[in-house]
Amino acid sequence: MIPPTYYLVVSIILFVLGIIGFFIKKDLITQFLSVEVMLNAANLAFITFAHSAGSLDGQIIVFFVITVAAAEAAIGLAIILLVYRKHKSIKTEDIHLMKG
Amino acid sequence: MPILSLITFLPLAGALLFIFIPKEQKNLFRIFALLLALITFIISLTLFFQFDPGTADPQFEERAEWIGYGIQYHVGIDGISLLLVLLTTFLFPIAILSSWNYIQDKVKEYHIFILILQAGVLGVFVSLNMFLFYVFWEAMLIPMYFLIGIWGGKRRIYATMKFVLFTMFGGLLMLVAIFFLYSSYYQATGIYSLDIFELQKLILKPEIQMWLFLAFALAFAIKVPMFPFHTWLPDAHVQAPTAGSVILAAVLLKLGAYGFLRLALPLFPDAVARFVPILAVLCIIGIIYGALMALIQKDVKSLVAYSSVSHMGLIMLAVFSLNVEGLQGAIYQMLSHGLSTGALFLCVGVLYERAHTRLIKDYGGVSKQMPVFSAFFLLAVLSSVGLPGLNGFVGEVLCLFGIFKANAVWAILGITTIILAAGYLLWMFQRVMQGPITNDKIRSFPDLSLREIMVFVPIAILMFWMGIFPGTFLRKMDTSINHLIDQVKNRETYFSQASDTHNILGIRTDSRPSQESKTQKEEDSR
Amino acid sequence: MAELFWLIPFFPALSSLLLILFGRKLPRKYIAFQACLAVFFSLALSILSFLSLLGSGHEGHGLIKNLFAWIHSGSFKVDLSLQFDQLTAVMCLVVSGVGFLIHVYSSGYMAEDKSFARFFAYMNLFTFSMLLLVMASNLVLMFVGWEGVGLCSYLLIGFWFEKPSAADAGKKAFIVNRIGDAGFMLGIFFILLHIGSAEFAAVNHAVEAGGFAQGLATLIALLLFVGAIGKSAQIPLYVWLPDAMEGPTPVSALIHAATMVTAGVYMVARMNLLYSLSPVAMQVVAIVGALTAVYAASMALTQNDIKRVLAYSTISQLGYMFIGLGVGAYSAAVFHLYTHAFFKSLLFLGAGSVMHALSGELDLRKMGGLRKYLPLTFPTFLIATIAIAGVPFFSGFFSKDAILTSAFANGQYLIWALGLMGAVLTAFYMFRVVFLTFYGKERLEPEAKAHLHESPKTMTIPLVILAFFSIVAGYVGLPIVLGKNVNLFDRFLEPVIHAPHGAHLSLSSEWMLILASVAVALFGIFIAYVFYLKKPDIPHNLVARFPWLYKLLYNKYYMDEIYNATFVNSTIKGSELVYKHFDLKVIDGALNGSAKTMNTIGKLLSSLQTGLIKDYALVFLLGALILLGYFVF
Repeated sequence: MIPPTYYLVVSIILFVLGIIGFFIKKDLITQFLSVEVMLNAANLAFITFAHSAGSLDGQIIVFFVITVAAAEAAIGLAIILLVYRKHKSIKTEDIHLMKG
Repeated sequence: MPILSLITFLPLAGALLFIFIPKEQKNLFRIFALLLALITFIISLTLFFQFDPGTADPQFEERAEWIGYGIQYHVGIDGISLLLVLLTTFLFPIAILSSWNYIQDKVKEYHIFILILQAGVLGVFVSLNMFLFYVFWEAMLIPMYFLIGIWGGKRRIYATMKFVLFTMFGGLLMLVAIFFLYSSYYQATGIYSLDIFELQKLILKPEIQMWLFLAFALAFAIKVPMFPFHTWLPDAHVQAPTAGSVILAAVLLKLGAYGFLRLALPLFPDAVARFVPILAVLCIIGIIYGALMALIQKDVKSLVAYSSVSHMGLIMLAVFSLNVEGLQGAIYQMLSHGLSTGALFLCVGVLYERAHTRLIKDYGGVSKQMPVFSAFFLLAVLSSVGLPGLNGFVGEVLCLFGIFKANAVWAILGITTIILAAGYLLWMFQRVMQGPITNDKIRSFPDLSLREIMVFVPIAILMFWMGIFPGTFLRKMDTSINHLIDQVKNRETYFSQASDTHNILGIRTDSRPSQESKTQKEEDSR
Repeated sequence: MAELFWLIPFFPALSSLLLILFGRKLPRKYIAFQACLAVFFSLALSILSFLSLLGSGHEGHGLIKNLFAWIHSGSFKVDLSLQFDQLTAVMCLVVSGVGFLIHVYSSGYMAEDKSFARFFAYMNLFTFSMLLLVMASNLVLMFVGWEGVGLCSYLLIGFWFEKPSAADAGKKAFIVNRIGDAGFMLGIFFILLHIGSAEFAAVNHAVEAGGFAQGLATLIALLLFVGAIGKSAQIPLYVWLPDAMEGPTPVSALIHAATMVTAGVYMVARMNLLYSLSPVAMQVVAIVGALTAVYAASMALTQNDIKRVLAYSTISQLGYMFIGLGVGAYSAAVFHLYTHAFFKSLLFLGAGSVMHALSGELDLRKMGGLRKYLPLTFPTFLIATIAIAGVPFFSGFFSKDAILTSAFANGQYLIWALGLMGAVLTAFYMFRVVFLTFYGKERLEPEAKAHLHESPKTMTIPLVILAFFSIVAGYVGLPIVLGKNVNLFDRFLEPVIHAPHGAHLSLSSEWMLILASVAVALFGIFIAYVFYLKKPDIPHNLVARFPWLYKLLYNKYYMDEIYNATFVNSTIKGSELVYKHFDLKVIDGALNGSAKTMNTIGKLLSSLQTGLIKDYALVFLLGALILLGYFVF
């Protein structure tokens, strides 16, 4: 049996990859994907702990996360689409309407 | 019949109703608003006639649970607030009538705000619950903000922001002090209460009183306004539409003085004793400074605004003289300043509607063209100058005598107001109304219309009445004033139960003067 | 009837109210009739009340009518109550009598004016206020009348307000008077605070009971006197009266000669017991009076405006009255007030008649030789001039002599000397006016000459009546040399003039004083005769010899300029500086400054808000790491 540490290491690697992806990529779609990767890293960690603790709680939370992520993907992609229509770009540098 | 709630919320109900009327019906709004204000005035007259001057207890009380924890809907009036309520209900119809033709833009919204303002002002005067007081105090700013900001002159946004921020700043400090009082009372008694008369029973430690008094005093001093917090006033007055100026000068400024009388003095008597010398100096500076500034203003409205600073200085000085004559004089002078300054602003409004300028140099010789107007203008000037036989004299002489009784030096400095007021007002009158007609535009000025005469006539009648029969009004406040002075000056006698909390020395068992002392006073007055 | 005495002031009040409300629609004839009738009612009722007072015998103590409680607040208790005692009777008769004649005169004089109703409304209002002033039974109500006459004076001086000078003069009068009023008010406060009442009876009672320490009495007396200085145009507050001549001439006659300006004298006489307590205050009154008498007379010497000469003469005569008060001869002062009312209003009305004849000309240099054209104005004017100059057997002689004699008798020799000096000047400048106006060469403008005419009857009849009184009015107060009890006036006033009489002189010294007075009067007339009829080049030579003196007098010692520079302009300039540099910059600056500071801080902080998602995420990451670190370590 593979020890839970291995899963956790994978989870961390995925999470860090997500962070790095978020910061070094410039277009919203990739950043969005990076966020999804981070979410899945968290999911992996949840499942790992749930399995080792023998409880279903973590798995339930994962279902929630997946559902929310699906909803988020739908809305997020729609927003990105609208942003593209308005600004003809999905590069984050181009979108700084909130600048004070 | 819940008269007080009726007069407070009738205008508000009207304002709500207005929302559903289509905005094209301009005259409907005017007539309806005027009617509402008149009905309110007539109802408020019953207060005057049914008021029992023999007691200092609040009358026409209404009490209902509201939010809980001591936050109640509790209204009532005594001799101090009665006359100010009447002043308010008297002036609002006049203010509405005066803006009949001047306001052509957004007539609906204008009248909605005026009516909300009336409800707010009346609410402050009738509130006996500190929370309610604060709510009305702040709520009143909103309509005023829009009245100046929408229907005002060129720099209206600057003026209205300054007015609202300044006043609100003071109000917030007061809110903190109210919370402090609230918690102290709870600590001392275990009961939640924000009842003004209940809180007055608290005897706080002098050093605590000092800070709380400063918080209250700042809020009220800004509203009065006392020197050096006066600079919002000329701006607000100059920019406000005529009716706004009238209400601002005649009623809103009185709220500050009323706050001192109703809250600051009876709540913090020790602090008052400590700060009176400083406040008196500020008042005296205000009297002379306001008058000197008025002397050199080039804008008529600004001149009248500075004259308000000077007059309110006298009123506040009389308040701080803390004797019967001074306090009665102060309240009387508040009423009469409301009339005379209100009338002055109405006069300026009449001129402005014709010439669209407020600068003194653009006028000259108007009397010749408008003799009827000239008579009313002169009457307003003379009333403001304090000519005997008119309202101004009674208030002024009582104020000055009260001040004189408290401190002769204050009176000698304060009495300069009667010289300087004559100076700036008559000089202004001379430049605007007398001399040859310098501006050809003036030759086409029509004299007052019937509507405009109707605006001035009630004020003129009341000016004479107040000057010749002041007893009508003075009698109503005798008992309340004596009670107030008892609270401020002779209060050590009744406190019981020393509490071990930090802030409080004790609780008064009975804040009303005992039966013996009351009968004593009646004998004295005979 | 006499119990209704309190109605005296209310006839003119009612008439004034009606005229103000409906005057514009009423016919002129009716307006004049109503106004005169109202004053006539007051006069008639005054006479009736006076007769009943006389009938009530020597010890009669006047009537008091308390109408209602006016201002009652704490210890400030003032009633609206009127009284009618001997002093009031004299004043009421003067005010309503002279007032009535002047009203009649005005109906002719003002006939052409377009604001006819307004004029009579103000005149009636004035009569009401003045009657209120003299009938008030307490100081506060007196102050009401005091301010009321000030208001009417303001309104009537500025009656022709289109003229900037008239509007200016009205305003000046009101403000200068207000300075006096402030002092007066403080005096009232001291009395109220000290004895708890402002009733004259209560004050007198307190004085008699020793309720006033001398220092307090001095303070109060001086403060009240400040009010009198303002109202009666004494040094240093006299500057408004000459300018007040901008008003219509009947106004000058009624307000600025016969009645209002004497209010100060009346007030001091009314408070005589209090003043007698304080020798210091009395001395001040006498000195101010004497200085004013000479000073004002000296300014009258060179004026070319006929009304201004009369105005300075009024100031000077008021100075005499104050001399009388200051030396304790209260009834002599009131006596002079009473005679002065007749001859001075006659002088003004005469001057008005001259103006009327000359289409408004006021300049003495453009008159001359008018006596044949004005057969009624000339003799009446001459009678008044003789009366004011102090020629024996005319009213002014008796009253002025009574004052000077008292001054001498009380050992105030310097004051007496100043009074005599003033008398020479008075006789001189008054006869200068007569000679320049009615005698000598005609120097008329051709246009004025064309319209030259004697005034209508409504104007000349009052002149004749006043001339009659200018002669006979003095015979009620004959000097003591003619017998012990011949001074009916003194005896009549005795119940109200409680103050003890000063020292008496021997008969021979009284005669000496009278002779001295007569001599100086005749001397003054003689010089005027020499200067202006016999050798008209003397004045020119004198002017050439002493140009500085002439200039100084002609420009009224530059007092107006000095006052303007020191008080008026410095106040305005100073206020402007304060407004610009303090109000706008410091106070408002601090306010706007704090608002700006807040704004700047906000702007600084808002630059953190880049609008870039990455920056926010970075901060978020950092925050998360810090939290993580916090929990782990």
